[in-house]
Amino acid sequence: MTSDGGMDDDNNNGIVLTEEQKRRRRARSIAIALALGALVLLFYVVTIVKLGPGVLQRPG
Amino acid sequence: MTDLIAVENTGRSFAISDATVGDYFALMKPRVMSLVVFTALVGLVVAPGHFHPVLGFAALLSIAIGAGAAGALNMWFDSDVDAVMSRTARRPIPAGRVLPKEALAFGMTLAVGSVAVLGLVANWLAAALLAFTIFFYVVIYTMHLKRTTPQNIVIGGAAGAFPPIIGWAAATNAVGLESVLMFLIIFFWTPPHFWALSLRRAQDYARAGIPMLPVVSGFPETRRQILIYALVLAPVGASPWLLGYAGALYGATSIAAGALIVWLSWRIKILGDSTAGDRAAKRLFGLSIIYLFALFAVLLIDDWLGAPGRGLLL
Repeated sequence: MTSDGGMDDDNNNGIVLTEEQKRRRRARSIAIALALGALVLLFYVVTIVKLGPGVLQRPG
Repeated sequence: MTDLIAVENTGRSFAISDATVGDYFALMKPRVMSLVVFTALVGLVVAPGHFHPVLGFAALLSIAIGAGAAGALNMWFDSDVDAVMSRTARRPIPAGRVLPKEALAFGMTLAVGSVAVLGLVANWLAAALLAFTIFFYVVIYTMHLKRTTPQNIVIGGAAGAFPPIIGWAAATNAVGLESVLMFLIIFFWTPPHFWALSLRRAQDYARAGIPMLPVVSGFPETRRQILIYALVLAPVGASPWLLGYAGALYGATSIAAGALIVWLSWRIKILGDSTAGDRAAKRLFGLSIIYLFALFAVLLIDDWLGAPGRGLLL
């Protein structure tokens, strides 16, 4: 069983995604990955901008 | 079509999603989002003081995502009426490509995320205003007003009018009078804009059981109300110049554009139920979009030129 409820491709008795469904799932996964990557970059840049040189100062 | 597949002997079902990335993008109502981003940008840029461009970009992104969240939650709740209206039947949920619960989860995630990021990037006043706007659009407008009163888009229009105030608040941590004027422009712009559309979609709304003004009060009353709101909109549109917040370029643009909106609304009223009247309503709908973009674009240019007016009234 795959994580989305489908069966492995070699088990023909279970749920088998069509090629189109696989293609769309892959596109959704890539979009989520890109969005998360963009968020990481955004948070990094915003942190640098907000803290400025203070980002290098360690507590204590 | 998203397939719900029941697995034998387990009693569980699995949704095999057919949704494309574009379907999720469509859930965010990108055309509405573009208006939100633009008006929020103007609020943010014309606000006094300096706001770092990176933080400004992050704040605008949060506001855009917040608007997208409101759009997705609206489509989640309205999927039943969307399915019976020709304008909205091809949206992702009624078309069966996205499940309502997927849209709900998507919308809630974006709503919480956008408010949190705006609070951290800008300030919590702006974040609270964004949260209130999403709440107002989804709970007050979508869940209550839209299905109960012909004044739905008048009161609900406030949700679409908040972005410049949020942009201003993001930059200044305050709500300025100038941003309230921008709010009022969008607020009084919404009724003639939507009623011009609803005149041509009245049957659709009637079939869906939505009490839009033409359905409840008839076409002549709707045309009268369009003209009344256009007559209020024209001076409100010119108010940033009248009060000295914008220069002569804005004053001339807002007066000319306001006169055009009033003239078109007048034509809709006198032409009544005719092909020419229908054409005038179509033109008002299209021109009202250009009107709003033009006014806010000139506010931006005016600010860039650094030429505030002296104000006729103050």
